Amino acid sequence: MTGVKVLPQAGPPGAESRPMVHAEQVHKSFGSIEVLKGIDLQVRAGEVCCLLGPSGSGKSTFLRCINHLEKINAGWIRVDGELIGYRERGGKLHEMREKEVAAQRRSIGMVFQRFNLFPHMTALDNVAEAPTLVRREKKSAARERAAALLERVGLGDKLGNYPGQLSGGQQQRVAIARALAMKPKLMLFDEPTSALDPELVGEVLDVMKDLARDGMTMIVVTHEIGFAREVGDSLVFMDGGVVVEQGNPREVIADPKHDRTKAFLAKVL
Amino acid sequence: MSLDTETPERARPEPIQAVPVRHPGRWLAVAVIGVLVAMFVHMLVTNKAFNWSFMIDEMFRPPIMAGLRGTIALTICSMLIGITLGIVIAIMRLSENPILRGVSWVYTWFFRAVPRLVLALLFGNLGILWSRIEFGLPFDRQIGALFGVQDFEARLFGFSAMDLLTGFVAGMLALGLSEAAYMAEIVRAGIQSVDEGQTEAAQALGLTRGQIMRRIVLPQAMRVIIPPTGNETIAMLKDTALVAFIPVSTELFFQLKAVGARTFQLFPMYVAACLWYLVLTSVLLVGQYYLERHFSKGVGRSGRAKVKLRGIVAETGGGASKADA
Ligand SMILES: Nc1ncnc2c1ncn2[C@@H]1O[C@H](COP(=O)(O)OP(=O)(O)OP(=O)(O)O)[C@@H](O)[C@H]1O
Ligand SMILES: [Mg+2]
Repeated sequence: MTGVKVLPQAGPPGAESRPMVHAEQVHKSFGSIEVLKGIDLQVRAGEVCCLLGPSGSGKSTFLRCINHLEKINAGWIRVDGELIGYRERGGKLHEMREKEVAAQRRSIGMVFQRFNLFPHMTALDNVAEAPTLVRREKKSAARERAAALLERVGLGDKLGNYPGQLSGGQQQRVAIARALAMKPKLMLFDEPTSALDPELVGEVLDVMKDLARDGMTMIVVTHEIGFAREVGDSLVFMDGGVVVEQGNPREVIADPKHDRTKAFLAKVL
Repeated sequence: MSLDTETPERARPEPIQAVPVRHPGRWLAVAVIGVLVAMFVHMLVTNKAFNWSFMIDEMFRPPIMAGLRGTIALTICSMLIGITLGIVIAIMRLSENPILRGVSWVYTWFFRAVPRLVLALLFGNLGILWSRIEFGLPFDRQIGALFGVQDFEARLFGFSAMDLLTGFVAGMLALGLSEAAYMAEIVRAGIQSVDEGQTEAAQALGLTRGQIMRRIVLPQAMRVIIPPTGNETIAMLKDTALVAFIPVSTELFFQLKAVGARTFQLFPMYVAACLWYLVLTSVLLVGQYYLERHFSKGVGRSGRAKVKLRGIVAETGGGASKADA
């Protein structure tokens, strides 16, 4: 699971086309309300996929299904070839134990709209906590790496600050560093800039652009059309729990085919 | 003030000099209370039943001091049991396993329904159920009989109930187990006060449920848990007097009562008990005041307060996990 390099040059046939994220017919209901009605999605390694859609269309829910924060009711999701949340044995699906689910989540980073930093820990400890606890790294090594990551997101001088002492943009950058500390092969962003004052959006987007440039596979729920156009490799437009339209972001934004996409883009542009 | 800054050329107005409202009622109250206090003090000094010199002679004697130490030890031990078990029961109560939830509900129900005095007497007399308490294979005799072996026993070790359930241990269990039921409710409220997003963020990082509870949720819940725990500790200190009826002899109230009974001077000894509990409780109240002051500071966004808050959280968190181990 670790150290597997994506896209091996002389791999078995078909290996290079294996997507990092592959979802098929994902259905999810809360009680009697079906929120996801059969989502199909493929995201290649190194690709930045932007997820757009009106409020309540199921974007967050789908993202949370990818790291099994929500259990799906039908369909399947694979990340780097591995089935999420279930194990296939003898042609049957077995639910994973809590420990196994936790192990799968380690390679999937997630960034939340409301940051969800741990308020009782410094920025440095927020980033170093999971590597020491989960990856069993030495405390000193983990802190060193955490400091380097915070440096990378431009917070090298805020290591000892508590989340309450940081601006929203700074908090979100700590949250990104915290996710990166687990060396994920996939990053999920759920409206990472929606809770920020407009003048702070840029600093977070810059960090994300940097990540994209370094080849991180990312799924980004966002209303930042500019970001989608500039950084996105693909754009997926969801509405009412289904994928309405997808394609190259620049083409979809310039020339949406579907009426609902047109209506939505007209509102956010 | 805003007027001032907008129009600096205008002169600052004279400070208001108004006649303040008079409060004749207050003066009346002061007079009434003053008379009552004077009457009370007069009674304290002149009424022979207080027998002050006798009381002061007796209340610092070694057996009483031993009782005092016993009371403090009992408070600490019962609270440790109460807090540790309370955390376990709170976590069971919030678990997804319906059996664990049920068990914790029944536990809380039972120990909150039965008065502590009754519990204390009950635990003090558990020796009636078993003369010896032994650990080993459950139902060993019945299993032996099933295979035709007479008097088959698989016991590892045992104690005489009299040795194990000394008054002190019985009292400690009665108070500690009952306290756990109340602490469980407090801890549950604390855990539920922590934002759901905290758990989700930790889950997304791959932490297991136990790790999330220990490292993320409980340290944050402490802010809500600590103040009522201070109240519980004070209440516990007072409730230790109940075990005098088990009876537990290494306990403050028992000792004071004993002196009173022996010398036919019960009333002065009850007054002595009053004074001792006042002193002990006041010490705890001071401690609680500083603890709560620390925690109320952390609520704002001020940075230094957060740093201090963390210090306490780390300490108490460490204490709780030590008790866990
Ligand atoms: N835990 C839940 N229980 C019940 N219903 C839920 C739950 N979570 C989400 N929903 C419902 O699912 C639908 C989709 O929610 P979701 O959060 O995925 O939308 P979204 O596309 O992320 O919207 P937004 O842009 O507002 O974040 C909503 O109607 C919401 O009310
Ligand atoms: Mg959402």
